[in-house]
Amino acid sequence: MSALLEVRGLSVEIVARRRRLTAIADVSFEIAAGEILGVVGESGAGKSVTGTAVLGLLEPPARQAAGEIVFAGRRIDTLGAEAMRALRGKEIAAVFQDPLTSLDPLMTIGAQLAETMLTHLPITRSEAQARAERLLAEVGIPAPRERLSAYPHELSGGMRQRVVLALAFCCEPRLIIADEPTTALDVSIQAQILDLLRRMCRERGTAVMLVTHDMGVIAEVADRVAVMYAGRVVEIGPTRALIEAAGHPYTRGLMASIPSMRRRTAELMQIPGAMPRPDAPVAGCAFHPRCARAFDRCAVERPGSFQAGASRVACWLADPALAGAGA
Amino acid sequence: MSAADVILSVDQLTVRFDASPPLLKRLVTGAPRRTVHAVEAVDFEVARGSTFALVGESGCGKSTIARTIAGIQAATTGSVSFMGVNVAGFRTRRGALPYRRNLQMIFQDPYASLNPRWRVGRIVAEPILTHRLMARGPALDARIAELLETVGLSPKDAAKYPHQFSGGQRQRISIARALASNPAFVVCDEPTSALDVSVQAQILNLMRKLQRELGLTFLLISHNLAVVAHMADRLGVMYLGRLVEQGDAGQILERPLHPYTRALLDTVPDPHAPRRGRARLSGEVPSPLAPPSGCAFHPRCPLADARCAAERPQPIRVAAVSVACHAVEEGRIDAPTRRSINEKSGDAA
Repeated sequence: MSALLEVRGLSVEIVARRRRLTAIADVSFEIAAGEILGVVGESGAGKSVTGTAVLGLLEPPARQAAGEIVFAGRRIDTLGAEAMRALRGKEIAAVFQDPLTSLDPLMTIGAQLAETMLTHLPITRSEAQARAERLLAEVGIPAPRERLSAYPHELSGGMRQRVVLALAFCCEPRLIIADEPTTALDVSIQAQILDLLRRMCRERGTAVMLVTHDMGVIAEVADRVAVMYAGRVVEIGPTRALIEAAGHPYTRGLMASIPSMRRRTAELMQIPGAMPRPDAPVAGCAFHPRCARAFDRCAVERPGSFQAGASRVACWLADPALAGAGA
Repeated sequence: MSAADVILSVDQLTVRFDASPPLLKRLVTGAPRRTVHAVEAVDFEVARGSTFALVGESGCGKSTIARTIAGIQAATTGSVSFMGVNVAGFRTRRGALPYRRNLQMIFQDPYASLNPRWRVGRIVAEPILTHRLMARGPALDARIAELLETVGLSPKDAAKYPHQFSGGQRQRISIARALASNPAFVVCDEPTSALDVSVQAQILNLMRKLQRELGLTFLLISHNLAVVAHMADRLGVMYLGRLVEQGDAGQILERPLHPYTRALLDTVPDPHAPRRGRARLSGEVPSPLAPPSGCAFHPRCPLADARCAAERPQPIRVAAVSVACHAVEEGRIDAPTRRSINEKSGDAA
C-alpha cells in the first residue's frame, strides 16, 4: 500500500435534537505521497466536513459514525486528542479560506511561525527564527526579516495567505488539507498562490487534499479529483480524464454549466433543481431527481461504485452489468 | 450608437472618498488629508436592450459606479445621465421616483438583500406599492403571482419567508422584486457570486431570457470573466478606478489589447482550457489612496517605460474598442488573436 492517506467508508453524522442528519456517507478515497487530490462539490456537498474529519477537528454535534482514516499506515481517527494534536501541524497541516481568521491577530508573523516549529520540532528559538525568515522568503514575501515582526493586519490578503502557506509548510508536513485556500482572493492573486502551493508541494513531495468549489482551480492544480454530491463521492479519477469525459451525469452537468471565456454559447446547460439538503435525504441515488438520464432503479437503489475508464463512478449507467442494455 | 439608443450615459464620472484622520488628530500629529480615488474620469454609454459589463478585481471601483448610477452614492464630479435626465439633479425623493422606477438593482448576497421578516409576496409587492403602480387587492396578488412565475417560482411561494428558500431561489426572488416596477434598466452587482455553479447557470439563463422577453438593459458588475463573457455585449475593464479598455465584448475577449486585460484573461482558471501557457500578474493592486503616477498599471506592467510612469495614457480607438495604453498607441505591443478561442470555437453549441 503506497497510499499516504486512506479514507475508507467514512460517515459523519450530525446529531440534532431528535434526529440524526447524515453529513457525509461512505466516503472512500486515497491520496498517494506527493499527490494533489482535488475535492470538488457545491456548498453542502460535504467536502469541508471530509477535510475536517481527516484533521480530527470534528466537533459536536458532528461525529464520525463509521469508517476509518489511515495515515501513513496508522489509523488516526481513533487517536486521542493529545496524539492527534501532535500529528496536526507536524505531519498534517491545514490551510483555510480566510487567512485573517487562521492567523492570530495579536501575534507577530515571526512569533506564530516560531511557536509552531518549537511545538513540533526539536530546534532552538534562534534556529526557528532563521528558518521562519527563509520560509517567508520562499513564499515570496519581500523583506522577510522585517516582516517577521509584522502583525497580520499589516499585510494584504494575498500576503497573509502566503504567511499561512509558510505556516503550513514550516514543519515539513507530508499532507496538507487546503480548504478553499484562494476563494477569498482576487484572480490575479489566486493564480500566484496556486502556483506557489503547487511548486512547494512538488519540491517537497507534500501531498494535498484541495477542497474547492471551483473546477477551474482543480483543473489547474490537481492530479486527481473526487466529485462530491449530497455527502457522497460520486466520481473519482484523474483530472484530465474526468474533465474531458466525465462519467457521472452530475459531473457532466457541472462541467457544462460553467461558463467559459473560450466558448460563447447562447444558453448554459443547467441542472434543474437543487442539491437535496441533509434533513431531506433522497432515496436511491441522491442525484436522480435532477438527472436527465435517471431510470426506475435510480429512485430505489443506491448505485455502487463502478470502474469507468480511469475513473470510478457511482452511477447505475456505469454498471458493467447494464452496459449491454444500452442506457 | 445613435443618441436615441443610449439609455445610460456616464460622462467623466469621478467618485472620491475622504479617508482623512479626524480633524483633531490631523492638527495634533500633522497627518495629511487622505483621499480614496475610487472612480476616476470614467466614460461609457449603454445601449437600450444590451448588457454592459464592468469587470475588475476588488477595489477597482466597479461597485462604486453601480451605486452612483443607482443614485445611492453621489458623484464627486462628472455626471450620470439616465434616459436623458441627469441623475444628480433630483432634489427630492419624489422627484427621483420615476427614475427609480425605471432603474432597479440586484445585489450579490440574496441572504442579506431580502428582509427575513417579510413574506415573499410583500417583498415583491414593495416596489409596486412604493411607486403607486397598483393598489392592494386581487390585481396586485395576480401581478405578484405572475412575477414569481416569470422567475421560475410558484405563486404559492408568496406566502413563504426568505429562509425557506435556497440561495438560487432567493436570487430569483430578488429578480422578481427588481422586475416588479417594470424597469427599463437593471443594475446587477455580482448577481451570481454567492451561488454554486449549477445554480449560477440557472440564474444567468433566466437573466438572458428576461432580457429577450422584456427588452431589459443590464449593467452587469462581476469579477468573474467567464460570467461576463457569457452575458456581455459590451465590456469595460477597470483597474484602480479607471476604465483601461472598453468596447465590443467579443473583440476584447478574443483580442485583448491592454496588458492588464491580457493578464486578467490569462489568470482566470478555466476548466475548459487548463494549464495553458499563461502570463502571470506579479504584485498586487496598489492602494487607491495613493494611485501610481502616469498609467496606474505601470508598476505591474511588463511593457512599462519612462513615459508610462510619467504620463497618463488617453483612450484611443482600435476597431470596436477604446483602450488607454501608451504601448498600444506606440505599437510596442503586438495584437495577437487569442488562439485558444479559435481552437475551441468549433464545438460552440
